[in-house]
Amino acid sequence: MELVLSLGIGVLAAAGVWLMLRPRSFQVALGLSLLSYAVNLFIFAMGRLTVGAPPVLGAGTDSVFVDDPVTQALVLTALVISFALTALFLVVLLAARGVTGSDHVDGREPHP
Amino acid sequence: MTLPVLPPTATLAWSDHLVVLPVVLPMAVAGAMFLLDERRRRLKEGLSLATMLALLGIALVLVGRTTVAPDIYRVGNWPAPYGIVLVADRLSAMMLALAALLGLCALVFSFARWGRAGPRFHGLFLLLLMGVDGAFLTGDLFNLFVFFEVMLAASYGLVLHGSGETRIRAGLGYIVVNLVASLFFLIGVSLIYGTMGTLNLADLARRLAAPEAGELALFEVGCAVLGIAFLIKCSAWPLGFWLPTTYAAASAPAAAILAILSKVGVYVVVRLSLLLFGAGLSAGFGQGAILAAGLATIAFGTVGILASRDLTRAAGYAVMISSGTVLAVLGTGSAAALAGALYYLVGSTLAAGALFLLAEILQRGRDPVEAAQPVFADEYRDPFDDADATEIGRAIPAGVAILGIGLLLCTLVLAGVPPLPGFVGKLAIFIGLTAGTITAAGWGLIAVLTLSSLGTLMPMVRLGILNLWVPHDDPPPVLRLSELTALAGLLAACLGLALWGGPALAYADATAQWLTAPQAYVAAVLDGGAR
Repeated sequence: MELVLSLGIGVLAAAGVWLMLRPRSFQVALGLSLLSYAVNLFIFAMGRLTVGAPPVLGAGTDSVFVDDPVTQALVLTALVISFALTALFLVVLLAARGVTGSDHVDGREPHP
Repeated sequence: MTLPVLPPTATLAWSDHLVVLPVVLPMAVAGAMFLLDERRRRLKEGLSLATMLALLGIALVLVGRTTVAPDIYRVGNWPAPYGIVLVADRLSAMMLALAALLGLCALVFSFARWGRAGPRFHGLFLLLLMGVDGAFLTGDLFNLFVFFEVMLAASYGLVLHGSGETRIRAGLGYIVVNLVASLFFLIGVSLIYGTMGTLNLADLARRLAAPEAGELALFEVGCAVLGIAFLIKCSAWPLGFWLPTTYAAASAPAAAILAILSKVGVYVVVRLSLLLFGAGLSAGFGQGAILAAGLATIAFGTVGILASRDLTRAAGYAVMISSGTVLAVLGTGSAAALAGALYYLVGSTLAAGALFLLAEILQRGRDPVEAAQPVFADEYRDPFDDADATEIGRAIPAGVAILGIGLLLCTLVLAGVPPLPGFVGKLAIFIGLTAGTITAAGWGLIAVLTLSSLGTLMPMVRLGILNLWVPHDDPPPVLRLSELTALAGLLAACLGLALWGGPALAYADATAQWLTAPQAYVAAVLDGGAR
């Protein structure tokens, strides 16, 4: 499971960085979302990987075999924030496309 | 597994709840703002003004209270490392007061016309202040992230306020840079949590002081990644190229309040380095890097200001120089110089804010940053065709003379010429650096700061002559009453800092002492009950 998760984070981050360095603003938006997925998985991994362990202590729960609930809460918060900001970025992206007439990140086409 | 039980605390006095008000009050009022129609402008302005006055009052009360002991507010009365904790100490209170004063003046300035240049200005403005205040008050890293995001989300809206191609293009870059910085922030926070098992700042400091801290190398990697995020926010070289373009494109009141935004980054760097790396296992971590980044930022800002062709851009570079100065002084590790740097930070931030406001008045009419047609036409009300625009404020006679005096004062503060706080602050930094044995880094910093004073003075004088004395065809700038009030407020605060320089420096000195002895902070958060 560790291998799958780390490969997933690596591939997402690599694709995200590559897309973010592209000249078109929509590619940048996609790159940002892929990067934020990678970061969210990374936060999740920082709480240690367990299978079938409850995140909440209850009566009769083995207190050694529990999952860390804090990282899950962190991921949830980070997820919501990055989702909202990506939506906001898309609006600004559309506005820039409309105002400048170009989807280049500089707002104008590079000279050939 | 037994949960720790909080010692029974005395019932909280009403004044103990003051600490949470700088966050709750703007949030509640901002919520109300979004419900109110844009046409009820007077009501919105009144509400915003009352909120900002209340925030300034609360901040001043907190400044008074924290000279005795820090205010710790445990949300929901959960014990400190487990629950959310807000901490108002001397540094937080000082920054709160600075943010409230700058915010109040920027708001009053916006009454003249900029508040009407687009929808939902007041709500965004208050949310920005909520985020800034929360970032100053919070005692753990994850809430710092949340408040940073609140502040940034509001700032995206404010940068775009007034619309137009320049703003949208600058805003696009600004948003991307800050989204990437937030990802760095998250990576750093999760690495720190993964290695230390806590995000509470005081708890982190205590665990670092104890010898059984494991995985120290990975923890330091996390801190370094976190540091990159904050250095992007305080626009340290080479991460700060976004700042001058964005701030020059933003509308004047937004740019003035954005001046405090980069200081939030500086605040966090100061707080974290002194709390976590002042002593303990990784003492002095990152100090050299912060010193180098600070020196390079001052140098880059000075070159930038020398090359500036207009005042808004010069003000943006002045913000960079001021951030770089505090970072470099922090990097030298001298507590006495840090006191001077804190004093300098307050004065230079106020002056940079005033310069953004002044620049807009002087360059009005021949400037690409005029308000433009918003993207969403259904919300559009032409701010400058307004029927009651003329009754907002009569033009002040001798406006150009007043603006000239204002520009002169700003120049004196930013360039560090006597007798204003820029000079006093730089002098205090020099005295602090030369006390005891002075290192090569200290000499280097003194040289760079002196050169940057000269490098600020020359372009400011040139821009002043260009804007005030050179005859041009445009009508002379018209100064309205609210604009005059805002400018006078900021400049009077600068003058006050110089006039009462003794008490102000003593306060900064005690703050630096408090920051360099973080055991008291840790003990107050983790051990102390309600005060």
